Amino acid sequence: MAEMDTSGGGGHKKGSGVKKAKKLSTRVDLTPMVDLGFLLITFFIFTTTLSQPTGLKINLPKDVDKPEDQTKSKESGTITFLLGKDNHVFYYEGQLKVDGGGNNFKSSSFNGENSIRDLLIKKKREVMSSHVHDSNCEKIRAEFAKSNRTASQQDIANSCLDRDLVVVIKPNEESTYKNLVDVLDEMQINMISRYALVDILEDENKLIKATEGTQPK
Amino acid sequence: MARPKIPRKSTAIDMTAMCDVAFLLLSFFILTAKPKSNEAVNVTPPSSVAEKKAPEKDVVLISIDKDGKVFLSMDDEEQKSRVAETLNNTKNLGIDVKKFAKTEFIGAPFSGVAKVITLPSEQQTDQFLPGIPTDTTKGANELIEWMKVIKDVYAGKKLNLLLKGDNVSKYPSFKGVITAFKRNDFLKFQIVTNPESVPTGTDLWRTSQKGAVAKE
Repeated sequence: MAEMDTSGGGGHKKGSGVKKAKKLSTRVDLTPMVDLGFLLITFFIFTTTLSQPTGLKINLPKDVDKPEDQTKSKESGTITFLLGKDNHVFYYEGQLKVDGGGNNFKSSSFNGENSIRDLLIKKKREVMSSHVHDSNCEKIRAEFAKSNRTASQQDIANSCLDRDLVVVIKPNEESTYKNLVDVLDEMQINMISRYALVDILEDENKLIKATEGTQPK
Repeated sequence: MARPKIPRKSTAIDMTAMCDVAFLLLSFFILTAKPKSNEAVNVTPPSSVAEKKAPEKDVVLISIDKDGKVFLSMDDEEQKSRVAETLNNTKNLGIDVKKFAKTEFIGAPFSGVAKVITLPSEQQTDQFLPGIPTDTTKGANELIEWMKVIKDVYAGKKLNLLLKGDNVSKYPSFKGVITAFKRNDFLKFQIVTNPESVPTGTDLWRTSQKGAVAKE
């Protein structure tokens, strides 16, 4: 299709008597080059407009110094995640019990066995099925209906079921930012509305370090 | 049957012009693509399923690099000059206000800010800059004061507070930044992440499907 005439001007006369060399056709077909050009253009068109960074919204609670002002959470509906180094994550439900009576300090993972998501789905289901309606429910349902006008009646009735579920996140000083954002992401994925980011306690940190020391890497 | 012979002319089209146009377009897109942003501070943020795009105007961005160093940048130059003036008045730092407004990332303790903004821009990277100190435990969280000045300068105006942290930065630097936010009542902010698709079968996915079905 495209041609470039590289055979040179044919009109030059060298001195008389010079034998004319046999001219071979040097036509180059440039169709593939144009194809490549368009491919590259298409590539750059697509890469300039995509992948804008997204923003994950965070609301921090106000720091309250008086313990009686802190929001209480039911022990049966609470699950606490502890983040350690090397992407280790541990959890316990309710209050931490590490004594002769029982050990509820267990380990979890981000994407492997017993992952955070599996635990949250299971816990959420448990909490929702064992929920007992109380006086707060009507208020919660009214608020939900106001903010979600397109919700069905079933959704409004169900909106107070997960009110008892509270997730507490306690990262230790060796966990990474990625671990934390992954956990916050799991909150969004599993639509958990009540979660808190708190400082880890000394005892819990010691327990993590002891467990990490013995765990095979 | 013999047709009168039509003199055949050559039907070869000269494609040089199309080739030129193709390369012009290509050059245009290469120049406007900016695939690698040569920003001073390189941060690899984690990914999340959040869907809202990170805002780009009226932004105060706190970046945490992989070593836990904290950098501050603002996109509004006028507000930046006001911040510099306030700091000069209250702390007598002797900052060159014009240079400060042109500096992209600020990452030095108060005592070093005046000096650091005079460095050439090649040196203003996260390799050389020490970062704003955020060690609350040692009482050296300067970010608290920075946020206080920013709050005063932006009083009443809309402010988008963004936090962009590197994947491998450790929790203590994040904690220092959060403390600075809380002390100044900045309770709502956004974490800048790379986009990620919602995993199928989860609650969020179900809600988005319902929303999509309701729209149809």
